[in-house]
Amino acid sequence: MSEPISALNGSVYKEGIAAITATGPIGMISIRGDMTAGYLKKTLKKIAGVDMPDARGINLKVDKGIAWMSPDELLLICSYAEVATHLDTLHNAIGSNHAMAVNVSDARAVFRLKGKHIREVLAKLAPVDTSPDVFAPGTIRRTRLAQVPAAFWMVDTETAQLVCFRSVAQYVFDLLKTAAQPGSEVNHHRR
Amino acid sequence: MLILTCPNCGVTAEETEFHAGGEAHLTRFGPGASDDDFENYLFMRDNPKGVHFERWRHVYGCGKWFHAARDTVTLEIFGTYTAQTSTPPQNIIDKISDRRPDWQPPQKQ
Repeated sequence: MSEPISALNGSVYKEGIAAITATGPIGMISIRGDMTAGYLKKTLKKIAGVDMPDARGINLKVDKGIAWMSPDELLLICSYAEVATHLDTLHNAIGSNHAMAVNVSDARAVFRLKGKHIREVLAKLAPVDTSPDVFAPGTIRRTRLAQVPAAFWMVDTETAQLVCFRSVAQYVFDLLKTAAQPGSEVNHHRR
Repeated sequence: MLILTCPNCGVTAEETEFHAGGEAHLTRFGPGASDDDFENYLFMRDNPKGVHFERWRHVYGCGKWFHAARDTVTLEIFGTYTAQTSTPPQNIIDKISDRRPDWQPPQKQ
């Protein structure tokens, strides 16, 4: 099989106020269905090793976790190589129930933002209150980045991860580079 | 700029994260209806100066539809509520009456 390559194949931008990396491919499975149903809840807990997140939450343990996307949608995050196995497990668990699990890993691009000013970089592009009190690690925000949909969450206080559609990966990378260009600190969230 | 709270996911955001879906609580006239009713249903909309009930979609967020009550003049949002209803809920009507004492709730047809 050919080797999976992400949209921007590991491009890095380090010159600005935040380091932006287009990460390699990670596994993402989109799940739709009744989140309270045992066949989803139990299976997901077994696969990801974390509890079901609350509304707008994301539970991550290293590179595995579950993100809450909407009242009937979840995103399972895992390593790229494990997707097929997890998808099989999920399909077996769902059986004939009204739910679905789809591999969306190749439909997305993932960015990692690192640095003191990442909250500002995100705030310049998305209509989101990124202050530390409101947007803390453990919450995921689906929103828009300038003109395209994206979702991001804080991994820790100085790292954020962002997913967008693969087709707009270059656009998002350019946006992030512009928002993080040298000397563009706002220092709004400085404490 | 409108600031709306999506009742489906609880996110409060400004209007560019949402998309307006026009007047809410229309009565549908489909096959078998008279031409006049069908035309009214398809094309005729209220355009009030003041309290207005609207449909909105959280298009860049959870993707779900909901309802909002707002003032078209002052742009005040009275509240948002579920899309799974054909009439505004009592708590929204109370909130509007509180702010606009001479406003009359829409009569059910």
